[in-house]
Amino acid sequence: MKQEKKITMAHGSGGRATSDLIREIFAREFTNPVLDAMEDAAVVPGSGKIAFTTDSFVVEPLEFPGGDIGRLSVCGTVNDLLMRGAVPKYLTCGFVLQEGLDLELLQRIVASLAATAREAGVAVVAGDTKVVEGNGGLIINTAGVGFVPENVCISAANCQVGDVILVSGHLGDHHAAILSRRMGIYNTIESDCAPLGEMVGALLEAGIRVHCLRDITRGGLGTVLKELAEASQVTMAIEEEFLPIDAQVRDFCGLMGLDPLYMGNEGKLVAFVAPEDADRACEILSGCVYGKHAAVIGTVTDEEPGSAYVNTAIGGKRVLDVLFGEGLPRIC
Amino acid sequence: MTDISHKISQIKKWLAAYDGPDISIMEVCGSHTAAISKYGISGMLSERLHLISGPGCPVCVTPTGYIDRLIELSMEEHTTVVTFGDLIRVPGRKKSLAEAKGEGANVEMVYSPMDILRLAKEQPLQRFVFAAVGFETTAPVYAVLLEQLVAEQVSNVQLLTALKTMPPVIGWLCEHGSGIDGFLAPGHVAAVTGSDLFEPLAKQYHVPFGVAGFGAEELLLAVYGTFRAVEQYRENDVLPGVKNYYPSVVCTQGNQKAKELVDTYFEPSDALWRGIGVIADSGRKLRAEYARFDAGSELLMEDHKKNQACRCDQVLMGRALPGDCPLFGTACTPMNPQGACMVSEEGSCHQYLMYHRTR
Repeated sequence: MKQEKKITMAHGSGGRATSDLIREIFAREFTNPVLDAMEDAAVVPGSGKIAFTTDSFVVEPLEFPGGDIGRLSVCGTVNDLLMRGAVPKYLTCGFVLQEGLDLELLQRIVASLAATAREAGVAVVAGDTKVVEGNGGLIINTAGVGFVPENVCISAANCQVGDVILVSGHLGDHHAAILSRRMGIYNTIESDCAPLGEMVGALLEAGIRVHCLRDITRGGLGTVLKELAEASQVTMAIEEEFLPIDAQVRDFCGLMGLDPLYMGNEGKLVAFVAPEDADRACEILSGCVYGKHAAVIGTVTDEEPGSAYVNTAIGGKRVLDVLFGEGLPRIC
Repeated sequence: MTDISHKISQIKKWLAAYDGPDISIMEVCGSHTAAISKYGISGMLSERLHLISGPGCPVCVTPTGYIDRLIELSMEEHTTVVTFGDLIRVPGRKKSLAEAKGEGANVEMVYSPMDILRLAKEQPLQRFVFAAVGFETTAPVYAVLLEQLVAEQVSNVQLLTALKTMPPVIGWLCEHGSGIDGFLAPGHVAAVTGSDLFEPLAKQYHVPFGVAGFGAEELLLAVYGTFRAVEQYRENDVLPGVKNYYPSVVCTQGNQKAKELVDTYFEPSDALWRGIGVIADSGRKLRAEYARFDAGSELLMEDHKKNQACRCDQVLMGRALPGDCPLFGTACTPMNPQGACMVSEEGSCHQYLMYHRTR
């Protein structure tokens, strides 16, 4: 029987096992002139306004329908750069490997990370690996650098009264996919984990007046809208019947007592655009690979600065606040 | 306009325009409280119509003595306490299971009671104590688990039970004058028990019951129908009964198989309701022949408030709105709950705070 190869403490010793690991798995996948030089720090060209961000990724299971922790680690950081209107260029990756991590699994995740980086147009220019005791888990940190074009001013504090609110597709897919997998519930829901560069690039290139962008991650659209309402001191008014939600995700949420408005995505954005540009913006998003189900969902008003609400399909009004706690499945 | 949307629009007009004597209806079930908030139904009602949240959230009515016992068990050697998600954060007298876990206690969270079978088989030398709380809806799941434990001769799983049943607490509320004129009956409970469960209560106390579902339209229909039934009783002396607004799921007799299975393993018992006290025959305990599966449930008759100012008890009985409590939204929040109603996402206080409900 073939012996499965696992990460051991020796892989973190800094000796031969470490350099083999770096050469055979990381360097091979991430290869580019800056990284291949194997210097202590990456020196890269660039000028103008720099956008800089970092994020750490912990997800169980490491591979899930529609993605894995490697793809997630690129998308999370790249999308944060994009939400400021930046063009992402460079990425660093720190890997914390737990003892017992399957080497083949690590290889798949690194390959997926590299492929997603290529898709997103970023180069991995620096990295680090550590090994810690544990049960075969993996934590990844990425930091990203991008450059903001001179005329772009996209900010959480920049939503304007009258703006039209758009989302780029189905809500809650990532959260529902992960939870289903963890709970052993069979369905075909897939994570939407994806880089949003094509959509942001297309909007800006077409001259759409984009005032604010935000990727919809943990806490879901409800939390995002409330936070942006506070940052911009405006009111977010959305319509329940316009919200794009996949039928399977809707049913899953119904079953579990979860609310799609508070379920995270990893490849969706909410955009605030000038009202005259809204239809064109929706068309542009819908034409993108990850924006097929884009929709206009509401408008920004001045009714009660700092608040967000949804007009329910049945004609009620429901206030949206940030998500409290963890969204635990209920008992009955 | 379709027939149903025409009907809904008529209903909405009536609910908004009603200006007769005040009517108060209690939604007993926590899932209904959540759905009412989510669909914005409370904001669609005239000032004279009141929806009051009741004692139907299982974690909200679980007394502190029970939580404290779970914590003690979780600290014992070779013992793991297994629980559903939202119970883990309910405060006991001093702390919650989540806090105990942070201090090293053995607590596992599961999504289904069947997960406990897997845990028990993986670790045969460890004792697993399952926190079995819930109403008629959840009891069959525990019965199925017991059936499996017996069939597979698994001996390292026990239940700490705090199971409750609906009719006695509804009767208690009617007798203790909370000013409730009608009830939205829990659809999930009725799916198991049948809608007939509520007939004796309707007859005895002259209050209508609307068995309600959880979709926006079916819930609105039940709310409207139950308000109208109160009005009809007051104006025309039409005796109230039970009306099933959830026929796609609920029948008069319920799920016979589930009821039999529950009766195989459990028998009625008195139960302690958090903040309310002991109500006769309002719970279920393991039958004597299955006592080996009991982790000491019968001795748990203590209930203390964590914070004396907490008004969860009054909220559970429909005598106070969450906003009437001095701790609401200040000292008591979902991140730092003082009472159980702030913990569960279906708890009244959690709902009122999250959706900024004032009524």
